[in-house]
Amino acid sequence: MGPMTRQANSQSNVVAFRDLSFGYGDRRVIDRVSFEIQAGQVVALMGGSGVGKTTLLRLISGLVVPQQGHVEVFGACLNPKDQQALFDVRRRMGLLFQFGALFTDLTCFENVAFPLREHTTLSESMIQDLVMLKLECVGLRGAAMLKPAEISGGMARRVALARAIALDPELILYDEPFAGLDPISLGVTANLIRQLNSALGASSVVVTHDVTETFAIADRVMVFAPSPTGAQLIAQGTPQELRESRDPFVRQFLDGEVDGPVRFHYPAPPIGKALGLGGNP
Amino acid sequence: MSSVLNSVAALGALFLQFVSALGVFALLLAKILARTTAILKRPRLIAAQVHFLGNHSLAIILVAGLFVGLVLGLQGYYTLRRYGSEQALGVLVALALVRELGPVIAALLFAGRAGTSLTAEIGLMKAGEQLSALETMAVDPIARVLGPRFFGGLIAVPLLAALFSAVGVLGGWLVGVALIGVDAGAFWSQMSDGVDFWNDIVNGVIKSAVFGLAVTHVALVQGYESKPTPDGVARATTLTVVAGSLAVLGLDFVLTALMFGDT
Repeated sequence: MGPMTRQANSQSNVVAFRDLSFGYGDRRVIDRVSFEIQAGQVVALMGGSGVGKTTLLRLISGLVVPQQGHVEVFGACLNPKDQQALFDVRRRMGLLFQFGALFTDLTCFENVAFPLREHTTLSESMIQDLVMLKLECVGLRGAAMLKPAEISGGMARRVALARAIALDPELILYDEPFAGLDPISLGVTANLIRQLNSALGASSVVVTHDVTETFAIADRVMVFAPSPTGAQLIAQGTPQELRESRDPFVRQFLDGEVDGPVRFHYPAPPIGKALGLGGNP
Repeated sequence: MSSVLNSVAALGALFLQFVSALGVFALLLAKILARTTAILKRPRLIAAQVHFLGNHSLAIILVAGLFVGLVLGLQGYYTLRRYGSEQALGVLVALALVRELGPVIAALLFAGRAGTSLTAEIGLMKAGEQLSALETMAVDPIARVLGPRFFGGLIAVPLLAALFSAVGVLGGWLVGVALIGVDAGAFWSQMSDGVDFWNDIVNGVIKSAVFGLAVTHVALVQGYESKPTPDGVARATTLTVVAGSLAVLGLDFVLTALMFGDT
């Protein structure tokens, strides 16, 4: 495991997980995870597919409720029972969904304008200006009047990003922002995440499994590994620290090795038995 | 023996399923009603839904109303002629439509035309994570998405039922008076004498409002609780028509017994 450089000052934490466990039904997904995310940083939550990374984001935004432990956002514990408090917190964060989750019956412009219309009483001309600025940020001002069905998946995600930052959030959450992007869009998106973080003075949490792009922009990386009892945090540190890590899982993940602590096969009885070959029972 | 036990268990499971579905139905209804003030603060959203739901159902409602009226006129005339009371055709057509056929058929058609589109729309919004996106934007999907549709349906169905009845009466007139030659004066005057405003028209409007609530809410619940998969949305859409129609027919019996029992 890489050396820890955690700072004890809890005031500067935007997000903190405290001994948190979560599962869907009987299936445990997250197993007793604790970590903190400091303000102003771009933090990547990494791990293989299906390890529960998206669930971590859903926990931060209060879409799902932990079964044990709790999440602190902006220094306060998320209380799922208090919808108003939850909404007050969510107003200060923006979540970029993996597939954008744009409103399909609205144009790109109206999608970005949506949070402004819902939460502010700005004049129409002000909304017009703000939306165009946000779309300009993601390079899609020209697509303002198109419907989500008329643009590509990568473009839709950029429009969704413009929508997520419409209210200038203090915390931006990205769910797999690099998945399914071509090499050019990949670089553009990575730079965008970095630039938005500094331009808005925000903190960013990026859930991803794309090592190269993430290590280029992240201040800090947390690596999650699957275990029979759910995902566990096995290493964290700066990209440099993780590159020097000797942890077998971190090595397998970073180097993309087929063989290692993580197996290729989903747990199953031996293949011989499934094919009825008998052999040694 | 075990097959008997199995069928008893299956019956019990079915009953439990029904009760829990009723619970889900009531819970979401309570959640929508608890947000009434927030929803009514944005009448434009409701008006848009009345326009959307009502406008889309208008053609089928008007055509169906006309044909039901034409058939009522014919059948009513044949039956009434046996007793030499063709002049009562107006009141027969009007009462049948205003008390029963208008509210019931309009609601059934609404379930098939607008209810299914509501369920599919909300189910697909859920599948596309649009409802989750609303929540993360601190927008309550129940107040923002379900609420206006609920009240839109509540307003649209009585209006559609009224139009259905109006066109139906015209259909009855077309067959009875214009085609067959029943006396126009008797047709209209018996109608205006025989149809009571409170007993017949207001009760009919109450009926269709209750049906509108039931059908719209069934559609919303099915969409909101659907599994966010193509199969799940398909099932939910079918269930909207089945459950919505049965709810309308069941409620119609209860309401008729309550409203028209004492006269």
